[in-house]
Parts: sequence; C-alpha cells; structure tokens
Amino acid sequence: MKTKAEAGRAGTAVRSDCCVGIEMRDEGGIAIELRSKVDTLYGRSIRALVTELCMHFGMPHAVVTIDDSGALPYTIAARFEAAVRRLRGDDVPPFLLPEREGIRRPGARDRFRRSRLYLPGNDPKLAINAGIHGADGIILDLEDSVSPVEKDAARLLVRNTLREVDFGGAERMVRINQAPMGMLDLDAVIPQRPGLILMPKVETDRDVLAVQERIDGIREREGIEEDIYLMPIVESAKGAVNAAAIAMASPAVVALAIGLEDYTADIGAERTLEGRESFWMRGAVLNAARAAGVQAIDTVFSDVDDMEALFESVREAKALGFDGKGCIHPRQIAVVHRGFAPTDAEIDKAKCIVRAFDDAERSGLGVVSLGSKMIDPPVVKRALRTITLAVKSGLLSEDWMEVGDEA
Amino acid sequence: MKHDLVNNAAGRMVVTEINGQPAVPYKGIGKYHPEGRKAAPPVPTCAEYPQDGDKVVGDLTSALQKMGLRNGMTISTHHHFRNGDLVANRVFDAAAELGVKDLRWFPSASFPCHAPLIEHLDSGVIHHIEGSMNGPLGAYASEGKMRGLGVLRSHGGRYQAIQDGEVHIDIAVIAAPTSDPFGNCNGVTGPSACGGLGFALADSQYADRVIVVTDNLVPFPCVPWQIMGNHVDAVVVTDKVGEPEKIVSGTTNITKSPDRLLIAELTARFVEAAGILRDGFSFQSGAGGTSLAFAIFLRDMMRERGIRARFVRGGSTRYLVDMLEEGLTDYILDGQTFDLAGVQSMRDNPRHIHTNPFVSYNYHNKGNIASMVDVVVLGATEVDVNFNANVVTHSDGRLLHGIGGWQNCLFSKCTILPIPSFRDRIPVVVDEVTTLCGPGELIDVIVTERGIAINPLRQDLIDATKHSGLPIRPIEEIKREVESICGGVPDRPQLTDNVIAAIKWVDGTVIDVVRQVSGQP
Repeated sequence: MKTKAEAGRAGTAVRSDCCVGIEMRDEGGIAIELRSKVDTLYGRSIRALVTELCMHFGMPHAVVTIDDSGALPYTIAARFEAAVRRLRGDDVPPFLLPEREGIRRPGARDRFRRSRLYLPGNDPKLAINAGIHGADGIILDLEDSVSPVEKDAARLLVRNTLREVDFGGAERMVRINQAPMGMLDLDAVIPQRPGLILMPKVETDRDVLAVQERIDGIREREGIEEDIYLMPIVESAKGAVNAAAIAMASPAVVALAIGLEDYTADIGAERTLEGRESFWMRGAVLNAARAAGVQAIDTVFSDVDDMEALFESVREAKALGFDGKGCIHPRQIAVVHRGFAPTDAEIDKAKCIVRAFDDAERSGLGVVSLGSKMIDPPVVKRALRTITLAVKSGLLSEDWMEVGDEA
Repeated sequence: MKHDLVNNAAGRMVVTEINGQPAVPYKGIGKYHPEGRKAAPPVPTCAEYPQDGDKVVGDLTSALQKMGLRNGMTISTHHHFRNGDLVANRVFDAAAELGVKDLRWFPSASFPCHAPLIEHLDSGVIHHIEGSMNGPLGAYASEGKMRGLGVLRSHGGRYQAIQDGEVHIDIAVIAAPTSDPFGNCNGVTGPSACGGLGFALADSQYADRVIVVTDNLVPFPCVPWQIMGNHVDAVVVTDKVGEPEKIVSGTTNITKSPDRLLIAELTARFVEAAGILRDGFSFQSGAGGTSLAFAIFLRDMMRERGIRARFVRGGSTRYLVDMLEEGLTDYILDGQTFDLAGVQSMRDNPRHIHTNPFVSYNYHNKGNIASMVDVVVLGATEVDVNFNANVVTHSDGRLLHGIGGWQNCLFSKCTILPIPSFRDRIPVVVDEVTTLCGPGELIDVIVTERGIAINPLRQDLIDATKHSGLPIRPIEEIKREVESICGGVPDRPQLTDNVIAAIKWVDGTVIDVVRQVSGQP
C-alpha cells in the first residue's frame, strides 16, 4: 500500500490554494509542517483543521505538510481529502464542513440564462469572488479546464465550493465530464444540490437519460427535493442531427447549448469569426430547443479583450433567437446583458401588449386584443418576459405601469 | 530598546523620545500648533565659491570628504528614480571607504534596490534610517536589527521636519538626470530623465551642504532648473545616476483582476453619484492598478458627459497624460512621474506642472494643494471599523511600506480607499488596524468588491448616494462577511515590547509605533 500522497498546488504564482502532502506512519502521532503566508493570522486554525481531518479519516499517525498560499478552509479540506483518497482509494467517508447558510436559492425552469460564467473547477481563486459580478449562472467546470490527472481533486473542490461559496443570485451550475467519469462527478456534486448540470458532447437522448437516471438515484438516496435541471451541450454533427430528441429526452432539460470549437472540427470546417460554417447547426439547435419549449444558449466568446466584438456577437445571437451566451471572464457579463437587453421598440411593443392584457384582465374579458388584433397567450407571455428583462437591464422602472411614460 | 510609552489622542501607546530627541504624542487633527521660527542653513558667502560657476569635483568620495563628512552626520537622498536609484548605495559605500560611522540616512523613500545598505547597517556605517522602509529594509527593521529607532514620515511630514528643525541635514546628495557645473539641475532631460526633483527641494534649501550627482553635465544654463545651483556646493559627474525604466515599479499597469476592476468601477460610480463629477472638478489617484483603472472609468464618464477637470494630481502615468492631451483636464499637477510618458509630458507640455511636497503637502505652509482636491483615491493594507487605516505594516506586523504622500492626501474633500475586503485569506477590513497611519475622521469611504461603506461622519455623502443603487453597507457588516469567508476572526500578530519605528503624523507628532515581530532574536 502507498504511504505517501499529495494534492493541490503551491508556488509563487498560486493563490488561494495549497498543496497538502500526507505521509502515513505507524507511530508518533500527527506532525504538521505548515508553510503559510497566513500563519500569523490563521496558523492555529489551520492546524486545528488538519488535526480534525486526521481524526475523521482515522489517521492517528501521519506527517502532514501544508504549503499554503492563503487557501480557505474548504479548499484545505478538499486537498486533504484528495490526498487521502489517492492513498486509500475512494472508499472513505467524505469530510464535509458545515454548509454556509442561505447559499442555495430556489431555481426556476425559465429563469434568465443570458450569461453563464465558466470557472476552472480545480482553481479556487477564481471561484471565491465569482458571485459578485452579476452573472445569471456560474459554471464550476470539471471537464475541459481540468487536466485528466486532477479530475479527482477537482471533483472534491467543486463539491466543497458548492457547500461554501455564495454565488449570490447566480444559478449554481456544474459541467461534468462525459460518462463514465461524469457519473462519478454526479455522485460527488448532486448531494450538494447544484441548480443545473451541463452535459458536454451530448450526441443522443440516451446520453441525457443515463445522466437523468443517475441523478434520480442520488436524489432518492439523499432525499433531495429541489429541482436539478439539465443543459445538454451539442458540439458534434451527430448531436446537431439529434438535437430535438436531446431537448425532449427529459423534463429536467431547460436549455440546449452549443459548443462550436468541437463542432467545427467534427464537420471538418475552419472556425471563422463570421461563423458561416456553423450557421446551419446554430439554427438547428435553436429550432430543436424551441420545439421542445426550452432555452437556446449560444457558445462562449473567447476574445476577452474585445468587448465591442463580443457585443456584436451577442446582438447577432439575440437576433437569431438565442437566450444566452457563455462567458469566460467576469468583465464579459455586463456586455452580454447589455447585448440581450430588449431594444426600445421591443419594450414599447411589450408595454402595449401588457397594458392590453391588464385591461382585459380587469374587465374580465377572456380575450386580449390590441386595436382590432387578437393577441395569443404566448405573445403575452413573451411580452411579459421582455418587460421583466427590461427592468432587470435597468431600462425600465419596476413601477412603469403606475408611473406612465407618455409624458 | 526600552521606551517609555504614553497614550496619544488616538488611543495608541507611543514613544516620547526618538533617538535622544523629545517627541510629541499625536494630539488630534490640526491640534498641534508649534511656535517659533523656521530652521535655517548656515549663511554662505558667494566669495567662497568659484566665480566662473564651475563646482565640479572629481568623484563622490572626494566630494563627501570636501563637504566634511564625519561620524554621526545626517545624509539625505531622494527617490525620484524609485527602485532604479543608483546613488544612495554609492554614498554609503563611499562613507564606508572613508571609515565614517553612525550616519543617519534620511531618504525621501527607500526601495528594494537599497537592500545592499543592510551591510552598512550591520557594519555600523549607518546608525539608523528615517524614511520609508520598503521591502528588505522593512523586514530588517521589523526583526529588531536596526540600532536606532526608525522614523516614518509622509512626504509633507518630511518637509515639516526639515523646516521646523526636527531633522537637520548635514549633507544632501541629489541625483540629477541633467545638471550644469553650477548645480542647476532637473529630472526631465538627459538620458536618465525620470521626472521632477521635487523631493529634493527642501534638502537643497535647508541642508548645510548640497552635492548634485549627475550623468549628464551640460554647459550653463541647465533649464529648467528644478533645483537651483545657488544652493549647491559641489557637482559630481558619474557614469549613471539611475535607471529611469525602473520608476515603473510594476504597479503602473491597469489591473486585469476582475474583482479590482469591479472595485474601480464602483469607485467611479460613487464619485458620480456623490455629485463630485462636475465641470471644473479635480481628482488624484495613485499609480496602483486599481487607482489607474478608476481613472480610466472616470475618464470614460467624463467623455460621455462632456465633463472637464480643472486639474488632476499626479503621480502621472500615460493614462493621465492622454487625458491632458485629450482636453479632459486643464492641468496635471504632478508630484512624481510613474512612467516615461509622464516624464516626457512634464518636459514638453506646459500644462503638465512639476510640483513638490512644499506646494502640495507641507504642514508649515499657509495652505496646501492637497486639501483643495475634490476627491482622492488611495490604497491601504488594512482599514478598521472606525475607518482608521494602515499603509505601513502588513497584518502580520511587519513593516513593509512607506507612507509617501498618503497621509497628506487624506485632507482632500473626499477620501476614498478602494480596497479588496480581503487578499487571499488576509482580511483587509478588520476590527482594529495593526498600525495607525491615518485617523478615521479623514477617511470618508471604502469601496470593496463586497460593497461600499461610508463614514458615518459624512452624512452629506450618505444622503447624496442614498438612491444611487450602489451597494452601500455598514462597514461592520462587510467586516463580518470577510471574517466568515476567511474562516473566523484572525489571530493578532505576536509582537514584542520592543519598539522599532515611530509613525509620524503630518504635523510631526507621533501617531503610532511599530514593534518588533516575535520569533526573532
């Protein structure tokens, strides 16, 4: 059996992380070697946590080295547990610090998902303050941003992050790996009740069903009552062809997203700025999403320095019918929201429809009409959403009905 | 060293004697009114100086010898080259060569490039430092290794100490990018141009002896003469006085950190919401990444709303220079250039004005520029729930930064500290600052990534921003949130009773002391 293992990262370029090394001994008790920039302030607290961890994992004799760059307790615990699992395998009881109160907020199928911010799942420093930037969703990514040899450590860190970090009003999302590894990801994160699971490289409805089945099993075992939604990502030719079946595979699917990097490679095209090569696919996914009554989410915009091009790209996505865009830098969020904000003409039209609806309600009419035209319920619903979005985007005051705007 | 300590008006236990001289404990803002007449240098006679104006001396060692360098003297140098200064180290190498001991080094600031002076502290050439102690020198002092008590003063406080005789400079050594043989010199021309020489002004006027060291000797007249040759005793020509590219000391780029950008943006929005952003206003922001980002956000707002500032206070950088050239401000009043674009602009643009601590910050003046500035944006290592701030020590108690113009700038009409609420796991918003550098009465607003706290003393700002939609919260609430994130209330640093440095307030009184960190001999 192995007697030494380590997990985490240390070094001058590392922040908010630590490297935990564990060496099992037969005797001598627990020895802690701590090198930390916060030794003066939190050295006592770190040593107490390490002792508690040793007890939890039944290690009365061990040399524990912590090379710390200001890791928060949940990160230290995740790194410690990863090292233990590397020593002993996965058959150990998880170490869970108390969950921070109030960080789980009720979800909603049709909430706005204009922006979703990707965070590399194995880097704690970006997650700690991710919630302050106002994204509609925050994705803790276990897939492409995590190297294959760190998947185990990332999974534990993401699990602990979901228990500890307050993402404010953002929907708590996790991007898992493809099966079979994705199933282990689900085992680790579902008990922490994320709001939504992003599934990469989905090609058929069976991919969705397999994930749904695994989630259902965990939900039952853990007694989870909250909704946990799915957002399959279509990023292959096969996935695009099966988009409708994917969107309709489970009632938990609330949105279809696209990934263009893999898709363009898959069809043998070169990815261009104009994106003509993916035009059919974006249309196909959007149409499938609408047919299934779910949201359609566009790909990420990867040039973080070009905010004007991002804005144009969001406007284009909005014009095509998309509801959201991926972000890889917090500064993109406000631009994306501005891009998805309704235009003045859209707001004016929506206001007319909502007023007409309001009048009809008040006078007890079953039918809403504007001038001589009858208005269908989906149009009213869409207008209400435009109004909500206008308020959310700061373009319309919440009490616009009372205030009136003709003056 | 054992010191008798008394409680000052800020509730801090401070020394009453510094290196054998009596020291006045802090009495409160604007409460200390010393009387008498200013200090003065000895009366010189022009008959003793060469009629042809040529004061060039062969080398620094012989110049120091000629100026009468001897044990126990006070030697001053200046930091307009920041981390690229090459002169201070050579002065003390020369002193060592001459076998001189127990000197007091009185720099306008020290930088990591001065780490070699530790050798001269160890060997006894330097007795102690009175000036900011950055990096390795701060660590050296924090470990209790310096013989005398360190004294940290603001730029204005340094001027005050020279003017009221608290510090008498025996020999000032001024590194000048260009000089003539008479000693007229400036920092804006020559291959080592670094900007203004304002930090050396007091020294030139009040020191017994003044040496100018240059690597660019030009025939008389050297114009502009930021330092007048009429004050100068000797001119030394050397191969290189400094590395101007190092005035860009890593802090003069806009931050890329999304959290810091958010803080900068909130700060600019606060300035607008508070009604400060209006035609003819003025602001000062430093050269740190967040301060620069603030200036950029402010610039965009000014462009959008067609607002023009009357003046902007530098630390100038290319960003301020661009604003000047774009017509977004009438003037830059510049105390210190932070990049080479700033140097060039100061040289070429008549609206880029060279200032010094005398016009900006000096307590013994009949008024100062600093208090006329509408809004100033500054950094801090810690702020406590009473808005007191620390800029000189880290939370572990180690002396690591100087005061610079920070204390002096607090007198602006609105002082804002944009700071992260914690750095990694180190809380910045705390119960009580480790070292008090700025009293809370003068600090109006802190802007963190987790919300903005307004000092309850500034009801006007509270009222003005009430409906701004900005995330304004009580400072205690931010502090509690930070502690909850960082894993509880942090332990206090373990400090010994040994006082290693005094922190002066702008008026020369002692506002706090720094103690030796424990675990050191």
